[in-house]
Amino acid sequence: MLKCKECDAEIFIPNDAVQGEIVTCPECGSSFELAKGSDGFDLKPTQTVGEDWGQ
Amino acid sequence: MGTVNPDVTILYDSIRWEEKALLKAGEEKNINIQMVDCKKLALNLENDPDSYGVVIQRCVSYYRNLHSTAALEGLGVKVINCLNTGIFAGNKLFTHMLLKKAGVPTPDATVAFSKDAAMQTLETHGYCKVIKPTVGSWGRMISKLNDKDAAEGIIESREKMYPIYQVHYLEEFIKRPPRDIRAIMVGDEIVAAIYRSSSDGNWKTNMSLGGVATPCKVTGEMQEMCIKAKNAVQGDIVGVDLMESEEKGLVVHEVNNTTEYKNTVRVCKVDIPSLMLDYALRVEK
Repeated sequence: MLKCKECDAEIFIPNDAVQGEIVTCPECGSSFELAKGSDGFDLKPTQTVGEDWGQ
Repeated sequence: MGTVNPDVTILYDSIRWEEKALLKAGEEKNINIQMVDCKKLALNLENDPDSYGVVIQRCVSYYRNLHSTAALEGLGVKVINCLNTGIFAGNKLFTHMLLKKAGVPTPDATVAFSKDAAMQTLETHGYCKVIKPTVGSWGRMISKLNDKDAAEGIIESREKMYPIYQVHYLEEFIKRPPRDIRAIMVGDEIVAAIYRSSSDGNWKTNMSLGGVATPCKVTGEMQEMCIKAKNAVQGDIVGVDLMESEEKGLVVHEVNNTTEYKNTVRVCKVDIPSLMLDYALRVEK
């Protein structure tokens, strides 16, 4: 579990999480990128949609 | 970077379910996978490239996707899909012309290069039409022009936007069941296909807009059309979108060069990431 940087709610980090994966706070909906931290992962602010994003 | 002599590099800018599934499939198949975050990548265009193996291009940003493919391919790296596919499939007008040339049924379309020209052609050919940005995804800024009032407002607002939005691509509105088909092609085979049904009365069927996925049986006709569509844009691994027109039968309206497949895997139970990796290793040799 990591604390949301916006609302302090707990964000579940799955066991198979990988660096760079996007996680979303279940309380406030803010999204973060998982970055390598000193002890597992840290949450890094991230872009979740861009004007030219798509498939 | 960091993996020594990778077999496959997954080039990404955001790790979604699809990219994670590719990584997992690679681990299960003992394939040496390198994950490269394009946002951290600087490519010296004058030197030999680092070791990549074959690159599976998964950047979700259109411009990052296109330019990183151009750079890597120019340096001699095999990228799936190639630069031409990114250029062709990334633009609805370019795709339209190539589909027609390849004999693939596709909705009729007109392109107009000013508001006046667009309004004139709409008055001549009638409503309703669908206006689409030639470059764009996830159903963004695609609007149904039901009448002159709607067209005036929508086209006028686009005249104030970035120049790409001032190329008015007008497509016939296809009468069809409230769904379309997404067929995932790996090489010359449709490995799985889904119906994408629109939700809450929305006429658009994009999964990003709440579309609902159910399995779709692949027919010989679909297979033949999708191979032609894939080849028209010089693709390797693509998602072909089709509609079931009441008048014309199956028509292809889009080819996706960095296709999403999470919902296709979920409902069809086909291991698409694994098939993609097998294909990538085959074409590298």
